[in-house]
Amino acid sequence: MTARHAAIRVPALLALALLAGAGNPFMAAAAGGISAPRTFPIVYLSEAYPEPGIMPSLLETHPADEGLAGAREGTAEINTTGKFLGWNFKLYVEIQPAGADVAAQTRRLFARGPLIIVADLRSDDLLKLADAQAAKGSLIFDMRTIDDDLRQKDCRSSVFHVLPNQAMRADALAQFLVEKRWTRWFLLQGPTPQDAVYAADVRRSATRYGARVVAARSYDYNPGSRRSDTGYQQIQTQMPLATQIGSDYDVLFVADETDLFGDYLPYNTFAARPVVGTQGLIAAAWTPAFQSYSALQMQHRFELFAHRPMTERDYGGWLAVSIVGDAVMRGRTVSPAGIRAYLRSDNFLIAGFKGQGLTFRSWDQQLRQPVLIAQPLMVISLSPQSGFLHPGNTTDTLGFDQPETQCRMAH
Amino acid sequence: MSHGALSGRCRTLLVSAVALCSFAAQARGSELFVSNEVDDTVTVLDGDSYKILATIQTDQRPRGIVETLDHKAVLVCDGDSSNVDVIDTKTLKVTRRINTGPDPETLAMSVSGDEVYVSNENNALVTVIDYATGKWITQVPVGIEPEGLAVSKDGRTVVVASEETSMAHFIDTKTWQVVANVLVDTRPRVAVYTPDQRYLWVSSEVGGTVSVIDPTSHQVVHVINFDIPGVDKQYIGPVGVQFTADGHTAFVALGRANRVAAVDARTYEVKQYILVGQRPWQLTFSPDRSKLYVANGLTNDVTIIDVSSLRAVKSVPVGRLPWGIAVVP
Repeated sequence: MTARHAAIRVPALLALALLAGAGNPFMAAAAGGISAPRTFPIVYLSEAYPEPGIMPSLLETHPADEGLAGAREGTAEINTTGKFLGWNFKLYVEIQPAGADVAAQTRRLFARGPLIIVADLRSDDLLKLADAQAAKGSLIFDMRTIDDDLRQKDCRSSVFHVLPNQAMRADALAQFLVEKRWTRWFLLQGPTPQDAVYAADVRRSATRYGARVVAARSYDYNPGSRRSDTGYQQIQTQMPLATQIGSDYDVLFVADETDLFGDYLPYNTFAARPVVGTQGLIAAAWTPAFQSYSALQMQHRFELFAHRPMTERDYGGWLAVSIVGDAVMRGRTVSPAGIRAYLRSDNFLIAGFKGQGLTFRSWDQQLRQPVLIAQPLMVISLSPQSGFLHPGNTTDTLGFDQPETQCRMAH
Repeated sequence: MSHGALSGRCRTLLVSAVALCSFAAQARGSELFVSNEVDDTVTVLDGDSYKILATIQTDQRPRGIVETLDHKAVLVCDGDSSNVDVIDTKTLKVTRRINTGPDPETLAMSVSGDEVYVSNENNALVTVIDYATGKWITQVPVGIEPEGLAVSKDGRTVVVASEETSMAHFIDTKTWQVVANVLVDTRPRVAVYTPDQRYLWVSSEVGGTVSVIDPTSHQVVHVINFDIPGVDKQYIGPVGVQFTADGHTAFVALGRANRVAAVDARTYEVKQYILVGQRPWQLTFSPDRSKLYVANGLTNDVTIIDVSSLRAVKSVPVGRLPWGIAVVP
């Protein structure tokens, strides 16, 4: 994955700013008199991160165009609306080679003014980009990260988060488990810092929703011989050992954000208990199996376009681009500041196949959304579960609500 | 064009004849045809007793359903089978299949009854089909996920709402060109002309509103909001719209709010929210318009509303995931 993608020169928004005052695009379009469409640039920014190595399952693949294909499909779709309204959205793809300092390498992009960026970046790169002097005034749509910190202490006023963060996912699962009365949890935590964050989220969810973490254990799995013939034997002895505890529990809650060992757990646990968390029964914004609320049509469209199933990262790209399209065409605004104001207003609402409109939380600019509860082949449920109430918006029962936020955003 | 004018006059005569027939048939009782999306069936209910008369096997994923002008047939879109099933209303059997192209979601008949307009959800197309021969007359590219179709009384305009593009597209039936595109709130589902043709109402399921469009200027002149005490805004998903014959009252099915709103069509004030089954989408009137039938997708039943008292009288079971209803006098 070291293929170097040719950098494409990105026109600045300066020209657009001039166009913004040039009459209302809707009036012209409604009258059928579409002249030359106005072009609106969106920059897709990513890095060719090294693959995580051998995945536990052969079925788990990382397509080379993961994320990008979603952004491209989203661009095609907003251009269908744009065609009728006189807008042409252009997706400029900028993929830095592995190991590059994305913020430093992309400084030239901002030479002619602020940009609208759809960021398919990991959290450290995203944060560096958001803090880069060159990116001042730009707007960043985070289509990839799920890190709590970026919504809490590391939140930034220029960043909007599309996918549900870790705490939202833990809460989504917790509500489902509480609804099932499976309230005794055995927490098995992997070795990474993200695992520690998620494990803390699980404990927080237990407290919030009346479940109990009856046992907790850290597990430092050493991936030795996954692909060898003796792999199964190894796993079959290691996993029961790792999950043999004295107390009884209803579900094993696994915190393994980097897919080191979690997929080995189902049917290999010491006790006959289901596995939930980062593997087993998961919480997600999207899975290729989801078909409710017109998601089926989206899956069809994506498959036709990319010739493969749509992943959560693809969905993130699709949704981020759709949000930009909505801000320009429905919000009738083209400047980053104008788009930001529109997205934070009551006028903004985006459809994402969840049966309700999705909006941004003003306190951390996280997209509030129902979250899927899914096992690999089926979507089992959609949280928030009925009965979990909130004085404002029931989806704010997932993740960090306004009173709990640690985000201090400079406006 | 004299030929066209002549057929227009014949049409008027035909319509009055049908009106007479419908009164005569009313004595024998009307029939409801309900498409069941996951059962691949159409349930036929007696319009008086609401007992199930027949369950007709269709092709896969039946959704949009309409009756022909002469009431001899009911047409249902089979989304996963790329065709329309033609059900004979006498024998209650599927007598014919019309190829529509991929993923037909819903359909409408032309004013003359000669043509069928089909929205191809996956292909962003409206397919125009000659009803007698099943031949395709044309395909019109529209926005993504086209669904609800409305035909103006003069037959000159077909409107289709595209869900993903959030637009109502106005198609000229002479040239088959899209002449106007009106942006409405998110995910529009259904478009209906007011009986006097002065306005077009378009329901937006995720936006939670109904846009009232002036079909001449193609401007949104009013947006109807719904506010139900004790129901979260995000559950209000307007879909089906029907007007009383005098055009004074509109009924709007509100999806996951589990209610039908009765709206004063002149002031746009909601007069009443009528509790029905779960997730009502499509609704239609009885032939004499004294009853309103509502298909409830999640409770697998049809609620019967008394139009004069605005009360839900009863609910009767049908198949699984009932989607739309056609009524034959």
